[in-house]
Amino acid sequence: MISSLVFFVLLAITSVAFYIRVKTITSNINLGRDVEISDNPSLRWKTMARVALGQSKMVTRPVAGFMHILIYLGFIIINLEILEIILDGLFGTHRIFSEFLGGLYKPFINSFEVLALGVLVACVVFLARRNVLKLKRFWSKEMTSWPKSDANIILIVEILLMTAFLTMNAADSILLNTPPLELGRFSLEHYTGVDMNNSGFVVSQLIVPLLPSDFTSLAFIERACWWFHIVGIFAFLNYVPYSKHFHIFLAFPNTYYSNLKNKGQFNSLEAVTKEVQLMMDPSADPYVNPPEGETTEVPKFGAKDVQDLTWKQLMDAYSCTECGRCTSVCPANQTGKLLSPRKIMMDTRDRLEEFGKGLDANGRDYKDGKSLLGSYISKEEVWACTTCNACTDACPVNIDPLSIIIDLRQHLVMEESAAPAELNNMFSNVENNGAPWQFAQADRLNWANED
Amino acid sequence: MSEFKVRTMAEMTAVGEVPEVLFWVGCAGSFDDRAKKITKAFAKILHLSGVKFAVLGTEEGCTGDPAKRSGNEFLFQMQAMMNIQVLNGYEVKKIVTTCPHCFNTLKNEYPELGGNYEVVHHTQFINSLLNDGKLSVSGGSFKGKKITFHDPCYLGRANGVYEAPREIIQKLDIQLTELRRCKSNALCCGAGGAQMFKEAEKGNKEINIERTEEALEIKPDVIAAGCPFCNTMMTDGVKNFEKEGEVQVLDIAEMVAQAADL
Repeated sequence: MISSLVFFVLLAITSVAFYIRVKTITSNINLGRDVEISDNPSLRWKTMARVALGQSKMVTRPVAGFMHILIYLGFIIINLEILEIILDGLFGTHRIFSEFLGGLYKPFINSFEVLALGVLVACVVFLARRNVLKLKRFWSKEMTSWPKSDANIILIVEILLMTAFLTMNAADSILLNTPPLELGRFSLEHYTGVDMNNSGFVVSQLIVPLLPSDFTSLAFIERACWWFHIVGIFAFLNYVPYSKHFHIFLAFPNTYYSNLKNKGQFNSLEAVTKEVQLMMDPSADPYVNPPEGETTEVPKFGAKDVQDLTWKQLMDAYSCTECGRCTSVCPANQTGKLLSPRKIMMDTRDRLEEFGKGLDANGRDYKDGKSLLGSYISKEEVWACTTCNACTDACPVNIDPLSIIIDLRQHLVMEESAAPAELNNMFSNVENNGAPWQFAQADRLNWANED
Repeated sequence: MSEFKVRTMAEMTAVGEVPEVLFWVGCAGSFDDRAKKITKAFAKILHLSGVKFAVLGTEEGCTGDPAKRSGNEFLFQMQAMMNIQVLNGYEVKKIVTTCPHCFNTLKNEYPELGGNYEVVHHTQFINSLLNDGKLSVSGGSFKGKKITFHDPCYLGRANGVYEAPREIIQKLDIQLTELRRCKSNALCCGAGGAQMFKEAEKGNKEINIERTEEALEIKPDVIAAGCPFCNTMMTDGVKNFEKEGEVQVLDIAEMVAQAADL
């Protein structure tokens, strides 16, 4: 009874804390510009099914892809077991699903154990790739101490959780295989009701020989692991939204709202179209008053700070799990330039978190004198991009760092006139003679008269 | 081009004729000495295949691609709208271009501004000429040569065109040796995003050197390209390694023209 109450309180705290954090993230994402993304829902669902649910882009790198699928499957399916644990916790029952599943219960738990072992192995391999093999993409410049430890914490916690789960099952299997009469002498008769066929569970039986033989100790180990496991999961749930690991939730909406256009098609700025049309229309009167109700506010071009980006670009930032596949294929990064698409996403998220906190503390008109461009991302990074789309192609959850880079460039060029001098030359050539180089328009067809 | 006269849209329209396709030459194709060879090769292919084509000539202007990629949306849209006025004025339906940047911009970014055309890259166009039997090639001139293909970003990743150039290469009787990073994994030549027109930011290597190194690893006789800018970057890379005597950088159109004995 007391344990049910304690469990209920813990569950309530977990849920409320998680809810509050998710609300903060949602309102941060909504600081972005509004943009309508509702076309082609069937293709959107398919993209989500293929890329997020089906992990199609993960497996382009087979080793990491396979290990990730182990963890992913384990994570999703073992959640069914967590449902049982929560019900047991609330109602003081023991392995409540065994009542409904009968003879199927043991195979049900066995399958979880296999998955748990898979998760365990994958986490160990991942830890080794990061800390022993030191794969380049986990050690680049933007992987400072927090991003590195964030990844390690998650992997270690997952290993601990899986170990607790398996140890719990091992201790329990001994008790479940003991006749209730015998257990009754220790008031442990509730360890019953599972059809065990006098053997252990498929994986955790390997742990059985390591355990003590007296029933009181076994019951203590079982309970301790049970509580450690579930409290660990509660803690994990509230760690995730503060960490890069939030991709486990956002991968789904983020792929749903993927860019479905050809990657080469960059967004068109409507505000610019209006002005250009006005410029090209010989009958337009530039001094005419705008029609009633229309604002005369000068539109802003491009992005300087996070609130100039769209909500989708901000969702991208929270979806990034810092795997670094984008950076590892970026031509600028591979040749030693400062640009790293992963850093663009990490900076966007860090700046958004900082700005969101400032707004919460100081009200809606808060300004802190900082901005994404300048305080986080330098011009040098922005200008190093070749717009080759390798980063967007590599991202396993369809994040688009390139669109942010272009928005920052638009701000530099159209708001600050701060393009590199050579690009300004190119602009004036295009403007004056219709080509990026200084050749006369009249010479365009000269090639046709040459041999 | 002594063999035939390249006609402009203005000339054709004046005599009431309509071309099958407009050949969008592009700035590099019009002015850059190396790229002009590609332009001429492709014009010869069109002529030989009996395709009735026209160019805009002095009425053509930069599509605005380098302006757009570097964030100058104003300049891009000015260029786009001027070009669209010209193209729509001539009621152009189909465009072919030898430059993936022009291809991408005309195909994907002009429709929103009122320019709707069927746009194809010259490798797609040549491939269909070969498929339709309007053009035939013999692979003789490339027999025994080792050839690799560098995917242009704005043809490949940007628009998903990977097969057309490869099918042409196959029809030239060439055993293609793929680069380590090819198709959607291809490494950029370093020219995109208006990088062609500026010095690269500080780093430890130029991107075209990295890419050329990768190509030279397989010791090719020819590095095939499908973009005038990639062509320049790879040519410079090959020169940097002083391999210009052994390794040629050729556009697919030039290879076809050579094989068709043009």
